[in-house]
This record gives sequence, structure tokens and C-alpha cells, in this order.
Amino acid sequence: MADTTEMPQDKFRLSQLLYDARYRSMTIQVVAAMLLMLSLAWLVDNTIQNLAALGKDFSFSFLGTTAGYDINQQLIPFTSQDTHARAALVGILNTLLVAFLGCVLATVIGVLAGVLRLSKNFVVSGIMTVYVEAMRNTPLLIWILIVFAVMTEATPQPRDFREGGGAEMILWDSVAISNRGVFIPKPLWGEGSGLVVAVFLLSVGAIFALRHFARKRQEQTGAQLPVFRLSLALFFLPALLTYFVMGGPITLELPELGGFNFDGGIQIRNSLIALWLALSLYTSAFIAEIVRSGILSVSRGQTEASFALGMQPNRTMQLVILPQALRVIIPPLISQFLNLTKNSSLALAVGYMDVRSTLGGITINQTGREIEGILLLGSFYLIVSLIISSFMNLYNSSVKLKER
Amino acid sequence: MKKSIFLGTLAVAGLAAGLASAQTLAEVQARGTLKCGSNEGLAGFAAPDANGNMQGFDVSLCRAIAVAALGDAQAVEFVPLTSQTRFTALAAGEVDVLVRNSTWTFSRDTDLKLDFKGVNYYDGQGFMVRSDLGVSSARDLDGATVCIQTGTTTELNLADFFRVNNISYEPVPVQTNAEGQQQYLAGACDVYTTDVSGLAATRATFEDAASHIILPEIVSKEPLGPVVRHGDNDWGDIVGWTLNALIAAEEYGVTSANVRELAAAPTDNPEINRLLGTEGELGAMLGLPNDWAVNIIAAVGNYGEIFEAHIGENTSVGLARGLNAQWTDGGLMYAPPFR
Repeated sequence: MADTTEMPQDKFRLSQLLYDARYRSMTIQVVAAMLLMLSLAWLVDNTIQNLAALGKDFSFSFLGTTAGYDINQQLIPFTSQDTHARAALVGILNTLLVAFLGCVLATVIGVLAGVLRLSKNFVVSGIMTVYVEAMRNTPLLIWILIVFAVMTEATPQPRDFREGGGAEMILWDSVAISNRGVFIPKPLWGEGSGLVVAVFLLSVGAIFALRHFARKRQEQTGAQLPVFRLSLALFFLPALLTYFVMGGPITLELPELGGFNFDGGIQIRNSLIALWLALSLYTSAFIAEIVRSGILSVSRGQTEASFALGMQPNRTMQLVILPQALRVIIPPLISQFLNLTKNSSLALAVGYMDVRSTLGGITINQTGREIEGILLLGSFYLIVSLIISSFMNLYNSSVKLKER
Repeated sequence: MKKSIFLGTLAVAGLAAGLASAQTLAEVQARGTLKCGSNEGLAGFAAPDANGNMQGFDVSLCRAIAVAALGDAQAVEFVPLTSQTRFTALAAGEVDVLVRNSTWTFSRDTDLKLDFKGVNYYDGQGFMVRSDLGVSSARDLDGATVCIQTGTTTELNLADFFRVNNISYEPVPVQTNAEGQQQYLAGACDVYTTDVSGLAATRATFEDAASHIILPEIVSKEPLGPVVRHGDNDWGDIVGWTLNALIAAEEYGVTSANVRELAAAPTDNPEINRLLGTEGELGAMLGLPNDWAVNIIAAVGNYGEIFEAHIGENTSVGLARGLNAQWTDGGLMYAPPFR
């Protein structure tokens, strides 16, 4: 410390470290850093000591051993003879699935609820106020359990769908809602289906190109294109045409009652539905408040000015208010997405096999590797959160105020 | 100066952590209660009665250990643990002993650094289905949905059984017996699988117990017993020999009714005398009073009495002794000699 000072007139005294404003902050930081490192060292040391006292070692080799248990929802093939690492991967994919579905649905409901809460219609805004307050002031776990209980207790068993069982499939016998989950038709990709998908993807690309072209044209000539109708046509027509030209390569496999359960189709398990809906409803209440605050942050004068220019309310919302509100909305929205992803670890309560249930539950329990398992689990959530926030930060920088 | 104090504290803390595992008896006695890891609710094994007191087959063993360590059958704090949290809770020192239908396996005994101190119930995994399902064998269960408690040996046996028999199933993981029961009764799963004793105990609580059957296949060996942490052998001895005392007492005909009388003066059976402390110093070898076994049997009865009171054929659980009869009656209950 003493030789870092460049003050020739005063000789450096030790007390300056505490009483001289030039050095004090440095002193505090050094002391704080030392304390932090010491407590970290103590934590690590304590862990090592206690592991040694229990006679346990620290090793990740358990990941390569046979898992021995089965997982019901698998996005990639998995049998009980696969390794714990693959079981963890199956869990990770299940976590990502519910987090993705949850983020999408929560955003849709949240934006709707947030906008509707500002409605001038007393009934609509009142209902939304009740919704938001009820959702965000009760624990998430309760909502997960409520949705799950409704799904398992209030829906018919698969065998009730037999003759005279009293339960009916809906949508022309293609969807069955049972207490083991919702069974939906599964697309079978026949020969030539790749072309249909390719055409569909191309037309989605064309929609973006059309929007870009329409904006350019409007900026240059002022003439507007019927973008929405054209997009709608582009979305459906080319893919449908190819589908019929190729002779209907994509068929649907309908769920049918087998021995104990429905065979065929896709089973969306109640655990996934319960977790997905509860996470979405709960998080959407927070998103609604974020959206409402974002909209309110745009001054009333902007709306009035826009009306004075003769813009309709929906154009005003779309062109004037939302672009400004998004700047306020995006940063807290990121943290809601992160919350939703982390909250998905409550999956255990309804037996959804996410990474907390496979790696952090059964694997830890069967192998006794608590510290290693929890470390892996923690790093997984950390990495996912960092990835989500970096993507959202990219999006944020594209909507934030451009200062020129 | 400050640093040396800190390092000193660190060393003491480390030392304390190292020693803590080797003095469970002293800790229990200083605390005045035994912390016993138990089931969250399984009729007959561990469940609160109408007055809120824990009762059951496993609970009685906890109380017996409390009598041995503290002389008081009520000085037990029951810590309800799920099948997933039980071993972590024991390893972390949250409980002193775990008596929770836990299966003695190789990897739990070695890799998990736990010690199983004997077997208080020889069990095996079975399957329960509704009788109107028309299933008579577990091999007919192809495509069935099976409710299973996660973090158990039954989960692994289930995977093995279906794989070996080349049939498929859909596992529905549940956390507790209560949750499994609710899902099974709601029809969210066709089959509920766990140890046969657990199935019988669960079925006993159903309103329509008669319309559920337990399939004949027993697909595994499930020796259930009390578990302690690896490394505290003195404490392990107390737990193990408490169980042995209960079993031996039944073999020698010592019951809660006659134990005081038999302990009043030496009898002509030296084995009973050593067990009850009227001959020899066996209690002192465990670090306990010499009449430790007398107090245990007076408080909770012998093994047979505990069995009959909680899960025997005259209870709603209705289990036969079967493998759990004394070795003299063709069962597997066999206490090493008290000598």
C-alpha cells in the first residue's frame, strides 16, 4: 500500500488507510474480498472435512453408470439400461420443454391481461384485476396442485371411454381428455411430407419478406398493402396446395383405446399440463402488471396526439404506445422468464420428470451423490438462465431507444 | 492475530465436524430426545392415532431405541421423511436413526455410507390392482400405468421386472404413499406397486378394500431394517441389539406382561438372565444400564407383541407372520446369542 501513493508533499501514514477518503474505499474492498475468500475457503474446507468424516469421495463417475429407472416422458429415447447422464439429459429436455411452453403461454396471457386491465370497460378491467391479484398473491405450488387435482380427479378414466362408460372423445373422436393426460392425434410423416414442410417454411419466410417490402413501399410511396390478408393467404395456401398435389402425405394417427390405456396418438401427461398451465397462469399475472406499467409509462399526451392525427385506437397502440412501452417492459420480462424456468423445478410435486426429478431426485437418491448432483443441477439452471437473459438482452437492445 | 484466531476456529469447527459422527449416544442423551426418521404415514407401520400419537410397527422400534438410550418411550421426535429425502437426512445428521421401511441393499450399505443394523421385516415387492380389471398375474400387465414411489428400490425392481419379461409400462412417479394411494384410487394408474406389507397397509385404509387384489408375484427381496450412519459403531450396536433384544425376547417367551417378574430374580434360563441383566454385565458393554432390555420390553413388548398389535392378522392390515416368524417356527427371525 505504502508505495502506491504518489503524493510527495505528505508522508504516507498507516491511519490514512482508514481516515483518508482516497484510500478508504480501497481498504474496505480489500478487507471485504479477503473475508469473502476466507468464507469460501471455509465452506470448501468444511465440505471436504465432512465428506472425509463420512468416508465419501467426490467424483462424477456415477454419471456413466446404469440408471436402472424408467422415465415416462422422453423427448429422446431412454431405457432403464441407459446411463445417469442420459437420464439427466432427458430431464433437461423436459425442463426446457415446459419452460419454453410456459414462457410462450405466459406472455400471451400476460399481455392480454395487462392490456385488458387498462380497459375502460369496468367489468373487463375488474375481472382482470381480480385475476391478477388472485394469481400473484397465492403460492405457485398451490396452483400446480389445483390444476393437477382437477386434471386427475375431475376427468374420466381411460376405461370410461369404452361402450357405456359415460365418457366421450371430443373433436370428431380425435382428442381424449382423461385422468392420465390428454391424448391428441399424432401426425405420421409419409413420403413427400418433407416437401410440404419445406414449402410451409418457405412461405413463412415469404411473409417476413412481404412485410419488409410493404414497409419499404409505404415509406417511399405512402401506398399501403393489405399485409394481413396477404400474409394469411401465404401462410395457408402454398402448403395446402402442395399437400393435395402430393396426395396427402401427412396423415393423423388417432388415439384409440388399447388394453389398459389409449394406444397411438400423442399423450400429453397431466403432470406436464398441470405444470405448464400453473406456471403460465402464475407468471402471466406478473407479466400483466409489467405490461400495464409499461403502457402507463407512455405519457397520456402521446395517445392524445395520436388520436388528434386521426389514428384509430388499435393503430395508436401498435405504432405509438407499444414501441415505447416495450423499452420499459423487456427488462423485467426477462426476470419473469428466468423465474418461470427456475420455478419449473416444482415439477416434483406432480411427478413431472424434469431435471430436478431425474438428476436431482432419483439419481441422487440411488447413487448417494448429493453434492455432485446438486452442483450439476445448480450449474444447469445457472447456464440456462444466463442463456435466456443474453437472448433477451439482444432483443432488448433492438427495441430500446436509439440515440443518434 | 485475527487471522490466527480465525484459523483456530476453523480447525476446531473441522474437528467438531469430524467427531460429531462418533458420539450419537451422547448427543441423544444431551438433547433428551431421540430423532427418529419415520414414514410420513403408512397405516400399521408409522401413522398418528386418534390422539395424534405416532403408532406402528416401525414406530415401536424407534420407541424401543429411545428406551434403551434415554429410558423413556415417549422421548422420541419423529421426523417424517419421504423416500427421496430419507438417506440424505440421515447422512446429514438430521435424524439419529432411520426406521422407515428401508431396504437393505449392497450399495446403500457401502456407497451411501450407511449401516443397516438388522432386519425387522422381511418383505418383497408386489402389485395391487382392482379386481374388476381381470388381471391375475403381473405378467398380464403389458401397457399398464404403474404408480411408483420415486427414490426407492421398488422403482429399480419395477424397471427390471418389466424389462426381463419384455413387457412395457408407463411409470407415474409419486412422492409419498398418500399421493400414490390418491392417484391409484382416482384411476390415474392401473397398478400400485410397493412392498407387499405397504400394499396391505394401504389397502386396509380403502373403503372398498375387498375390490382390490394383490397379485401373486413377489418380484424382489426387500429386507427392511433400521439404518444408522456409517462410522458410529457404538450407536450402531445399541440400535442393532435393541432389535435383537426384541426378537430374542419373543423366542424366550419374555413379554411385556411377565418381564418385570422374570427380571426380579435370576431364572433357570441363563440366556434370559443375561438378556434381562440379572446375570452378567451386557448392558454395560453397550454403555447402558444393565436392565436396558427389561425397560424396552416393558415399554413396547417383544417382537411378536409389536407385530400382532400393529400389523398382525387381527389388525386391519392383516399380515401373516410368514417369513417374519421366529426361526423356531420356520421363519427368518433369528437373534444372535446374548452372551
